[in-house]
Amino acid sequence: MQPFTTVTGPAAPLLRPNIDTDVIIRVERLVGTAKAEMGAHAFEIWRRRPDGSEDPDFVLNRAPYRDAPILLAGSNFGCGSSREGAVWALAGAGVRAVIAPSFSDIFANNALQNGLLPVVLPEASVSAIAAEVERSPGNARVTVDLERCVVVSPSGDEHPFAVDAARREALLAGLDDIGLTLRQADAIAAWQTEDRSRRPWAWPT
Amino acid sequence: MSQTLLDRLWTLHRIAPAGGGQDLIHIDRILLHDLSGARALTEVAEKGYAIPNPNLAFATPDHAVSSAPGRTAETFPKGAGGVHALRAGSAAHGIRLFDLGQDGQGIVHVMGPELGIVLPGLSVICGDSHTCTNGGLGALAFGVGSSELAHALATQTLRIAKPRAMRVRFEGRFPEGTTAKDAVLAAIGRLGTGAGAGFAVEWGGEAVRALPVEARLTLCNLTIEMGARMGFIAPDDTTFDWVAGRDHAPRGAAWDEAVAHWRTLRSDEDAVFDADHVIDAATIAPQVSWGTSPEHVIAVDAPIPDPDAAPDAQRRKAWQDALAYQGLEPGRPLAGTAVDWVFIGSCTNSRLSDLREAARVVRGRRVADGVTAWVVPGSVRVKRAAEAEGLDRVFTDAGFAWREPGCSLCVAANGEAVPPGARCVSTSNRNFVGRQGKGARTHLASPAMAAAAAVAGRIVDIRKGL
Ligand code: SF4
Repeated sequence: MQPFTTVTGPAAPLLRPNIDTDVIIRVERLVGTAKAEMGAHAFEIWRRRPDGSEDPDFVLNRAPYRDAPILLAGSNFGCGSSREGAVWALAGAGVRAVIAPSFSDIFANNALQNGLLPVVLPEASVSAIAAEVERSPGNARVTVDLERCVVVSPSGDEHPFAVDAARREALLAGLDDIGLTLRQADAIAAWQTEDRSRRPWAWPT
Repeated sequence: MSQTLLDRLWTLHRIAPAGGGQDLIHIDRILLHDLSGARALTEVAEKGYAIPNPNLAFATPDHAVSSAPGRTAETFPKGAGGVHALRAGSAAHGIRLFDLGQDGQGIVHVMGPELGIVLPGLSVICGDSHTCTNGGLGALAFGVGSSELAHALATQTLRIAKPRAMRVRFEGRFPEGTTAKDAVLAAIGRLGTGAGAGFAVEWGGEAVRALPVEARLTLCNLTIEMGARMGFIAPDDTTFDWVAGRDHAPRGAAWDEAVAHWRTLRSDEDAVFDADHVIDAATIAPQVSWGTSPEHVIAVDAPIPDPDAAPDAQRRKAWQDALAYQGLEPGRPLAGTAVDWVFIGSCTNSRLSDLREAARVVRGRRVADGVTAWVVPGSVRVKRAAEAEGLDRVFTDAGFAWREPGCSLCVAANGEAVPPGARCVSTSNRNFVGRQGKGARTHLASPAMAAAAAVAGRIVDIRKGL
């Protein structure tokens, strides 16, 4: 997994609440699309018009937001179906961090497994950062600094955010949950050895 | 201190605390299917991790495969990739695969218990929310996302917070004509689809203890529709008799040891639950869903609810939308509503006992004109056993299609779908908008009720005869 330390770049304002995983990736794209190709389909419901052409009014279709590594979003981001494809689509589209007042739990957990950082900031902070970005228009850069746990707005305002200590350490080291758990491989092996004598019937021969 | 069954199952599998309120728990069995299973195997390979215990994982294709007679992985071309990835991944890691056309293949939650892969007291996961089905054997079984699945493949563990304990007891006896499906639908109707969020549900009470194992699997199958990730029933002699002799079940001294251990898997008399519900079994009539959520369910002879009588504005809107989608009017009972399709299948109701119940209604009768009726057995074993009893002939003589094991019309992800606007009585577990196909109108019901609807061409109350 790509370590997450500090990400700096344009931040795309998408300030609607309840952006659900269906909007992030259509269910049809989950069958027969390789994980690596999902980025091309991120937000396609909004990105494309019914005839398939790009909708120039959608923020992610406009420079410099097109390749923005940071999204500024409304509350309850990632709600709806638990599909992890939503995270793959965002990650595939180059998004490294989403800043929002709240996230769906499943989305947030899926995101952390893929090196995508869900940053919770108060609604007022998200709006203030978005306003600065829009004044620039879009050329201003936002920084998400996981080492110091702050978001730095274009004007230099610092917005601190909280993240679980073990999570932070894992992200900084580029460890997903698997990497984190494998640090306890010896404890797992010892438990299994003991269990084989405690519950021999539970182990297929 | 007194313990619940959840406490016991949890303690048995807990390796260490994992921080953030989570525990690191051991996973005894991992079940893989052609969508999430194939993905997880790919993910493990992409990330370069090994699979240390391939003998604890089992695979079968079921979701995105055709159920047409003579089908292959390619019959539904869009699903072929998943099947191929499942085959390749299983072969690469030495994971036992029950492939299309082979003994043992079937809907993952049907074949697991049937082959003795799932046993009482085991922790079992699959990348599928209906993994809770296996709780019918007294297993700690729940659905996971594909990252969690990959985590379990690579570490044989999961990081997970222990849920809170809920108990739902059906006291007394179910009336004639009421099945486990009706019981659990009624519970969801009364308690709501959100009632179980954050809980593990222990199903119990006199009526549940009297249920045979296959009915317990049906009951636990719908636990997730009440919002709980896991649901289980304390294993007892009924369970042990059913498990004994299955392919992967322990034998000899190991069996005796297992049974002695399984007998300890129960809640103490004085155990305290975080939530406790009692339902009078005698009050449950055959249920049919009217709307687009499993909580939109009523007794077959009860009036369809009026949105104006909804308890709050949110539900009023949901009920209005559901009635519009379903093309129904409030105030009338569902009995008498004309149907176009009938589906008998899915991990809820596709076991031999389900097919027998349906066949009992169908025998000597014909599917009504204009109704398309399918039976999709849950597994190759179920299919063969049913054929040995002549059930396939009962169905085909009546005009039902008799198909190959898989998820089929439960989920429109395999090229099979109920057409837009068509009304389908289905033995599956989800009546969501578009679940059985774009614009399809689903009515969840028991196998006997579905069979009766096929024969009558309309929803009928089986207690009143056809
Ligand atoms: S039969 Fe339906 S609910 Fe069961 S596993 Fe298949 S798709 Fe899921």
